[in-house]
Amino acid sequence: MTLAEISSNLLYVAFLAYLIATFVFGGAVKGNKEGSFKSEGRWGKIAFIITVVGFLSHFGYFITRWTATGHPPLSNMFEFTTAFGMTLVGGFIILYLLYKTPVLGMIVLPVALLIIAFASMFPSEVSPLIPALQTNWLAIHVSTVVIAEGILAISAGAGLVYLLKVVDMNKKSKQRFWLEAIMYSLVLVIGFVIASSFFSLTGYQSDFSYVNKDGNESTITYNMPALVGMNEYTSLTDGTMEPFFETPAVVNASKVTTVLWSVFVGTILYWLIRLVARRRIAAIFKPFVKNVSLQLMDEINYRAVIIGFPLFTLGALIFAMIWAQIAWSRFWGWDPKEVWALITWLFYAAYLHLRLGKGWQGEKSAWLGVVGFAIIMFNLVAVNLIIAGLHSYA
Amino acid sequence: MEKMQCKCGHVNPPGTILCESCGRSLTEEEQNKKLADMRYEGTARRSQTYNKSIIDKIWNFFSSVKVGVSIIVLLLIAAAIGTILPQAQYVNVPVRNDETIKAYYADVYGEIGKIYHFLGFHDLYSSAWFIILVGMLAISLIVASLDRFVPLYRSLKNQRVLRHRSFMDKQRIYAEGPAPEDAMLKAEEKLKELKYKVTLDKNGLLAEKGRFSRWGPYVNHIGLIIFLFGVMLRMMPGFYVDETLWIREGETRAIPDAPGYFLESKNFTMETYTGEGDEAKFEEAIDRVGSVAKNYQTDIVLYQTPDESLPGATDDMEQVKEHAIKVNQPLKFDGYAVYQMDFRQNELKAMTFDLTNKETEESLGSFTIDLVNPEKSYDLGDDTRVDLLGYYPDFSGFENGEPQTETPVPNNPGFLVRMFTPETPDGEVSFIVIQNTIEPLGENDYKLTFQTAETRDVSGLTIRKDRTLPILGLGGLIFMIGVAQGMYFNHRRFWIQKQEDGELVLAGHTNKNWFGLKKDLDQVSGFAALPPYVDQQEEIEKQEKLKKEQKLEGDELS
Repeated sequence: MTLAEISSNLLYVAFLAYLIATFVFGGAVKGNKEGSFKSEGRWGKIAFIITVVGFLSHFGYFITRWTATGHPPLSNMFEFTTAFGMTLVGGFIILYLLYKTPVLGMIVLPVALLIIAFASMFPSEVSPLIPALQTNWLAIHVSTVVIAEGILAISAGAGLVYLLKVVDMNKKSKQRFWLEAIMYSLVLVIGFVIASSFFSLTGYQSDFSYVNKDGNESTITYNMPALVGMNEYTSLTDGTMEPFFETPAVVNASKVTTVLWSVFVGTILYWLIRLVARRRIAAIFKPFVKNVSLQLMDEINYRAVIIGFPLFTLGALIFAMIWAQIAWSRFWGWDPKEVWALITWLFYAAYLHLRLGKGWQGEKSAWLGVVGFAIIMFNLVAVNLIIAGLHSYA
Repeated sequence: MEKMQCKCGHVNPPGTILCESCGRSLTEEEQNKKLADMRYEGTARRSQTYNKSIIDKIWNFFSSVKVGVSIIVLLLIAAAIGTILPQAQYVNVPVRNDETIKAYYADVYGEIGKIYHFLGFHDLYSSAWFIILVGMLAISLIVASLDRFVPLYRSLKNQRVLRHRSFMDKQRIYAEGPAPEDAMLKAEEKLKELKYKVTLDKNGLLAEKGRFSRWGPYVNHIGLIIFLFGVMLRMMPGFYVDETLWIREGETRAIPDAPGYFLESKNFTMETYTGEGDEAKFEEAIDRVGSVAKNYQTDIVLYQTPDESLPGATDDMEQVKEHAIKVNQPLKFDGYAVYQMDFRQNELKAMTFDLTNKETEESLGSFTIDLVNPEKSYDLGDDTRVDLLGYYPDFSGFENGEPQTETPVPNNPGFLVRMFTPETPDGEVSFIVIQNTIEPLGENDYKLTFQTAETRDVSGLTIRKDRTLPILGLGGLIFMIGVAQGMYFNHRRFWIQKQEDGELVLAGHTNKNWFGLKKDLDQVSGFAALPPYVDQQEEIEKQEKLKKEQKLEGDELS
């Protein structure tokens, strides 16, 4: 086995371990029918050990890949997102050691699983560094950012647990709608993973030529049946699906197609789950969170921001500016990724002022934590894939 | 408003809630509260005290957290809007001016692009309203900090060991009861062991730890203000240089905005990954995307002319250093930095032509035109010469019969020549561009045939000097220190008093992390046998919860 193969096998092991740990955590917090929760401690501990094993394996992936490529594996979408999954679990481990909260594992680990699965939909072969990335600042800047974001995501995890407990799923309300919307968007990620895996396993490919926004002829390969066509497209592959309609040149219809397939599959999956469970997804989690201490979740939510915010400032703004000054000759250039890092920072600054100055604790704080995670994910996914900029490495 | 004299004799600034010295409640509202409002030590914040003049109103506006957060949120939304479409600086247009950029947004993004441009969002971050918003944030940072810091500092400086009983029993952590004779002494000993600063006065004790953490928020705000000040300084001339220098291999050029410095380009290199040898592991990735750049590099020599030499004189310049400018490895000298930013490969340097007879195809000799410094005339001997009447480095077509050049860069050189030979002593006029010859004054006997061209690479370098960087760095550092100071440390205090009847009264307060405070107190209590304490906040919450439950039960019964 080559080092690169060992590396990807370690990642599989980590994925499996997290998957198992999720269910053991779930079992631990659900308890038995009599409502006694003696098992929580014991099963929680076992689940935690499995999580740690998974994390070590994940870390092993990181180190072996670093050795194999000769540069820190933080240089493209696959590598960064995989590392984000790792720091998310790492953040959970730290907070578990502080607060012993199995329920947090039940929420955070599935999110980490989704993130790793999402990551593996991107090209994962080892790739060389372009000149701008050939510096130690890659390791310094990106690792600080990814650790900070992992910890900030824990804040959202604790917030989500808080909301799952506190929001009444039997009464119509804005809260119920938005909480379910969060669940739905998580299912959409599964939809994306299923759709991409299905079409990549079946080897679907379809080439089109089109006219790009500069007016030049260009070609593109769709890896999913084309629902939406590029500007003035012509199909180059026989026997493949013809798009339903054409889009203007600024739209990357291939990406739109991927999004539509993900939404399509995800929505079917969502309604399947709802039909089988006969209730909203958020309501499925109710029995798992009935034993949760709201005060503790609020504390974790806040504590994670307290740790994550300074780290994020350091990594995503200060180190980023130093590197930008060295590589691009200016410390700040209003590149979309930079702007969204600033937006994230401003958001958490507002969170802290509202919490400390206006007494926004509990449910309000929980919602803010979740919104913060949404902004981080937007910066990771949308800014990389939709808004073109200097940081679009994937 | 008048100054407020407390019963203890201390004169407090108008608007004070808790006496700075003894802690008595000074307002009726405060007297009726179960727990003292300790947020700013019950001090008189200017914003809470005055609201008459216009200055008061402005001050109060900017000192509000609500306003501060609103500005943050507005900035956040504005910043996000600016990423919907690319900013003008990232837009690629052949010729940059307001018209072409406007046209670009309309052409590429349609109606949305037109509206986006119309609203000025294409240059959002340098728009006046965005800068004003940032300015308002800076004012808010300053005003809100001063409004809180000044009275807080006064109060913590003036605090007395002996507090009034009404202050003590309104603290969240409270204890009273009998205690052994040596309890005060032992408590003092233990508190000192726990790194508390202990002050004694008559029958009282004040133990304090981590007061500096109270300054954290103000320190980090100072950091931000310094940073914003640094950003503002860049608008002043002299603080900031941003120039572009295109330099061809073999050229020596003056560095713009760096008087006395010259740069010679020895060589430009661009490498891509081969996917062979050491790089074999990257083969798959390279195949997928076609090619991956490995290195952009300009080898340069830096020269400096002595101070006494005339501006622009290059005869006596001295070599300062040699350097390979790469991405991430700028050339640095005298506060300047020169970056590898761009390149053009294979720019035409010189073209060689033969003067040939059209019929016999016999050559009368060849000559080379340097495309940067072309000569006026090329003499081939024997009454044969070629005069260069006009040179158009980047020929773009004719306008009113005149050849035009779009740029001074030799991308598509055009030459208007007059050819003299013994046979045609009056000369024949010809216009030559690559692959094409026009004979404007009628059929010629002779023509210029293209032989070879020399090319070279051009490096696009950026020259920067930014004297604000140390200021920005200082701001960032102070911000981080302030954040750590305020977030990871907390200000804990205990007041212990021995009553006349021998019983002890104890109160404890911290600005955050009550768990930590209680842990400290547990240790002290255990060691000195202090009376057991209660968390009055939790008591109140418990009672409220109980009331709620009772009410619910009552509702169910009725």
